[in-house]
Amino acid sequence: MKRIYSVLVENRSGVLCKVAGLFSRRCFNIDSLAVGETDDSSVSCMTIVSSGDERTMEQIEKQLNKKLDVIKVKTFEESASISRELMLIKVKYNKNNRRDIMETCAAMKADIVDMSKNQMIIQICDVPERTRLLIDMLQGISIVEVARTGTLALAKCMESGE
Amino acid sequence: MNGADAMVKCLEEEGVKAVFGYPGVAICPFYNSILQSDVRSILVRTEQNAAHAASGLARVTGEAGVCAVTSGPGATNLITGIATAFADSIPLVCITGQVNSELLGSDVFQEADITGAVESFVKYSYLVKDVNDIPRVFKEAFHIANTGRKGPVLIDVPIDVQNASISRFKYPEEVNMRTYKPTVKGHIVQIKKVIRELERAKRPIICAGGGVLLSDAEKELREFAEQHKIPVVSTMMGIGVMPTRHPLYFGMVGNNGKPYANRAMNESDLLIMVGARVADRAVSQPDLITQNKVLVHIDVDPAEIGKNAGPTIPLVGDAKHIFHDFAKQEFSCEHEEWLQSLNEYRQTMEPKRNPNPAYVDPAVFIGKLSEKMQDDGVYVADVGQNQIWSCGYHVVKNGRFLTSGGMGTMGYSIPAAMGAKLGDMTKQVIAVCGDGSFQMSMMELATICQHDIPVKVIVMKNNYLGMVREYQHYTYKDHYSVVDLSGSPDLSKLAEAYGLPFIRVENMEQADAAIERFLAEDESILMECLIDPMDLVK
Repeated sequence: MKRIYSVLVENRSGVLCKVAGLFSRRCFNIDSLAVGETDDSSVSCMTIVSSGDERTMEQIEKQLNKKLDVIKVKTFEESASISRELMLIKVKYNKNNRRDIMETCAAMKADIVDMSKNQMIIQICDVPERTRLLIDMLQGISIVEVARTGTLALAKCMESGE
Repeated sequence: MNGADAMVKCLEEEGVKAVFGYPGVAICPFYNSILQSDVRSILVRTEQNAAHAASGLARVTGEAGVCAVTSGPGATNLITGIATAFADSIPLVCITGQVNSELLGSDVFQEADITGAVESFVKYSYLVKDVNDIPRVFKEAFHIANTGRKGPVLIDVPIDVQNASISRFKYPEEVNMRTYKPTVKGHIVQIKKVIRELERAKRPIICAGGGVLLSDAEKELREFAEQHKIPVVSTMMGIGVMPTRHPLYFGMVGNNGKPYANRAMNESDLLIMVGARVADRAVSQPDLITQNKVLVHIDVDPAEIGKNAGPTIPLVGDAKHIFHDFAKQEFSCEHEEWLQSLNEYRQTMEPKRNPNPAYVDPAVFIGKLSEKMQDDGVYVADVGQNQIWSCGYHVVKNGRFLTSGGMGTMGYSIPAAMGAKLGDMTKQVIAVCGDGSFQMSMMELATICQHDIPVKVIVMKNNYLGMVREYQHYTYKDHYSVVDLSGSPDLSKLAEAYGLPFIRVENMEQADAAIERFLAEDESILMECLIDPMDLVK
């Protein structure tokens, strides 16, 4: 089972280490982790995707809440959230496969954001499933390097607002 | 006023009686300032024992114990003591000196990343970089350590911050942390659910853990149990919640507990766990305590509930508040038959021992000792066979039983007894250790002598690391490896070297007279009991 934890924390040095340390010490999985400042500069938001059984999922939330630098933990299923991942892929190309790559990019709604005579960087911003799919699609040509942000997510909008 | 003066002033504001520690350059400004204060500083002989001593004091006074050591090795030596306190939720404020803040991260002499190193053993930690933060940080540290689920808090203060002048000292009256608001009051809906289950139950039982003592809820729990005739068992950390001879108390549970206590817990149809972690030594098969019964789990730490066993009724809150609220609920329950069978179990299931008459029988000896101890005395058991015998045969009347339960740290008893005595000089304090654990902290005999802290020490000598030997006896068929303690010093000479009176007890015939003399002594005293090297706890 996959679960997304949106964790608001004090924006102080060492907090990322404490949260990551909690996961490793208690043998919780981290599938992805993304951190950034929120609209309030004293607060950071960590988006953590984890997987495990029901009890583990509950423990993760409780243990996160126990950390004194954690302000709030929100947790939701992937389906109840809008999630996105940004990925940059640098590939080698030649005149034989250039058209294929560009067609794949068009089909996947990915952009070519940089180019030289034999390399290009492709950018995709989509749900994590589709960023993985793009890697699969490009597997046949030579990928030079990949950088991904990890999943960012917010719970879907509610009618009454929060 | 500089940072160090401010640190001492904070301790005064908190009413701290004593600081246990060991100086070094990086904490010298603090130790210079403390000279002008009424706060007593106790020089231990190794830093780990500073934390244990602070733990002993904290457990007797109910206030956070304080220790202060230097940077680098001073701080890292403290870690085992901090981890020991963390495992048993003992409130400590640990102050460590640190190298100059501008040199942090450059691996200078005696620099250690102590806040990083202790992260998984502290409730919280601070690295103070601005001298003006000192009053707030100390106020928060004491608050965090001693509220909610208690535990150790570490404050790392670089030497330049201790030396920097502080413009204006004002100790905050309140703590304002947006991330820390522990739930102490139980939810009334959950409380009513528990009462309904109690009305329905035919075989209810309360299992009390160390959390009951930490929240000072013994009286409330006892009165509730007495009013409704609910039997009580305890974990190792919960020993002392009920007097051992109380008709409703049925002993310690767990793999080293009483067989009748385990049977009582397993046969119950309603188990109320309070302030206990459901850890492996107390409950070896957590699944069993959820089968065929209603499990109520009361704890101030929500993360403990459901961690090892899924309860039917989770109840988050402080034990004192919750039992206070239970008492307000009107209900009646009847379970005379259940009590009868528990009494029968207690009478028939006491484990039989086959003592060797050539030696002291630790079971009988501990029983005799506790009968003659002052009713409100403090008994500190170390770790090993001595601990299991102490749990099994020490009779708590109105006193305290202290030991390192969660971490099982050898060498805990002497420094903890020292701290307990300083916490309340009117109490009789006895440390009971084995010859292995004694040698892990015997250097503290000097501290006891130097600071005139009358602690009575008993060494159960069997020339082995008995608990490990026993394990090797059962698991490796007497293939003993690295458990022989030959080479230990002659304790009579050691006592003489420290100027302490000494008694040796060789067999049970000498026991009564020896115990009389031992307890009559006003000053510190060392007693050695010769135990059969082949004696077993099981």
